Amino acid sequence: MRRRALLSTLVLHAALVLGALVTLTPLLWMVSASFMSPGESNSFPPRLLPRIPTLQNYVDLFTRLNLARYLLNSTVVAVSATLISLVINSMAGYAFAKLRFVGRERVFHVLLAALVIPGQVGMLPLFLLLKSMGLVNTMAGVVVPFMAGIFGIFMIRQYAMSIPDDLLDAARVDGADEYRIFWNIVIPVIQPILVTLAVFTFLSAWNDFMWPLIVLSDDAKYTLPVALASLSGEHVQDTGLMMAGSVLTVLPVVVLFIVLQRAYIRGVMMGSVKG
Amino acid sequence: MRGVVESRQNRAGWAFVAPALALIGLFFFVPVLAGLFLSFTDFDIYAIGRPDTARFMGLENYRQVLSNPLFWQALGNTFLFVIVGGPLSVLTSLVAALLVSAKRVRYPGLFRSIFFMPVVTTLVAVAIVWRYLYHPQYGLLNWALGAVGIHPVDWLGDPHWAMFAIILMAVWKNFGYNMLIFIAGLQSIPEDLYEAAHLDGAGGWARFRHVTLPSLAPTFLFVGVMTMLGNFQLFAEPYVMTQGGPLKATTTVVLLMYEEGFRWWRMGMAASLAFVLFVIMLLGTLIQMRLQGERR
Repeated sequence: MRRRALLSTLVLHAALVLGALVTLTPLLWMVSASFMSPGESNSFPPRLLPRIPTLQNYVDLFTRLNLARYLLNSTVVAVSATLISLVINSMAGYAFAKLRFVGRERVFHVLLAALVIPGQVGMLPLFLLLKSMGLVNTMAGVVVPFMAGIFGIFMIRQYAMSIPDDLLDAARVDGADEYRIFWNIVIPVIQPILVTLAVFTFLSAWNDFMWPLIVLSDDAKYTLPVALASLSGEHVQDTGLMMAGSVLTVLPVVVLFIVLQRAYIRGVMMGSVKG
Repeated sequence: MRGVVESRQNRAGWAFVAPALALIGLFFFVPVLAGLFLSFTDFDIYAIGRPDTARFMGLENYRQVLSNPLFWQALGNTFLFVIVGGPLSVLTSLVAALLVSAKRVRYPGLFRSIFFMPVVTTLVAVAIVWRYLYHPQYGLLNWALGAVGIHPVDWLGDPHWAMFAIILMAVWKNFGYNMLIFIAGLQSIPEDLYEAAHLDGAGGWARFRHVTLPSLAPTFLFVGVMTMLGNFQLFAEPYVMTQGGPLKATTTVVLLMYEEGFRWWRMGMAASLAFVLFVIMLLGTLIQMRLQGERR
């Protein structure tokens, strides 16, 4: 009996380690190939590690190509999407949870029902609308769909429901108006979920591809994913260069996830309770 | 007094939700309704400059979509991704969740984070990485398969394999997400159920079959529907890895919509494609809810 338990523990861990290796291999190879000299990654048998690690690919990205520009664009888009969505969604989510106003439930249910509508259905008219507003081929045009989100509102609402009414009423009795209550009392209380929403929005704005691809036409305005997709056409043979570009694109979000994974995972779990 | 407080809250409440509602209304609900209208017109590149040249066409776009062989091929490819890729991804997530949640595991948090890592990565970047892994001559995958005596496969260049290659990559990218949801589902199963089953003499498999699986039914429904909805919208993977080829074998409905709308600027036609896909997604959701509801 003892031996069987030991054996099954071993098999279990072997399966986990194998799974982890398979999961990490593409990412590890990406990092390794980004340090290879030209041509080294196009050899048979494939090399797992660079013979002599070189930073040349990274240097090329910043000197021959416009990578600094794309990094800046992506950062501007993701940071502004995050900040704007934090303000807008937290106000709405809190109101749906705690402020009594006429039509609250009905409006909220319409929003929830709209979650089943895929984004592509509105994409073509949204493009025409932004064109008429002069926002096509601008950073602002890329940020527009992220400014307010039904899922974000839902997430804040679920969390804000747990704020005790007494806390808010006490402030009201003291004469605080609703805006003061929101900024001074509610924001500190819902801070954990704000971090979750921030990570979610930042990651999805940083990683988004289809919308910036549609809105941006000028190379100097490309975000990293759009730039990478366009470069990968021209530089197919330049494996090392493309891998260095991929590393720089993926690295910020992976670091952000590792630092804030507790907050991120809470968001995924909250998404699942609405089912 | 009470009335004053209520009307103040009423005003504040609307003021708090107004920015969000205005933005969602203007940039989501209006475009969705406009999209429906657009799908009944012949809005094209000329109409972008002069919208008054667009004409109302009734159901003509829908008729053309349904009689276009490329649409049916794209729909078939999309279904292949939904029907093969979806269950494969859910199964991988479940296995990973069961392994990570097993009682005797050391460092479950570490394994959970590793399995989740691909989810947060940028799709375009990892799609490019996989394009090199799939390289018929220099790719790691064929080299590894060669080591166990399997002949090289032209993963992305062979129309029979290309969609399966994309499925494999998408499973790798996404399984961590559903794994987390399954882990949460597993944690919510009361321990007494297992103990009762154990006392009744149920072995490991019987406990899994009669306690774990039935308790996870709501999780399965949620994961199944969400995965299906996501998979119907497959776009970036084929755009980056195969451009819809070879021989259109990886052209999906959304990729077709993108090309019709934003490459050829046939926006009326593209809008009708989007709505056809939307209706199929709704039907798919209803079917899953019905099927999974029956089993319970």
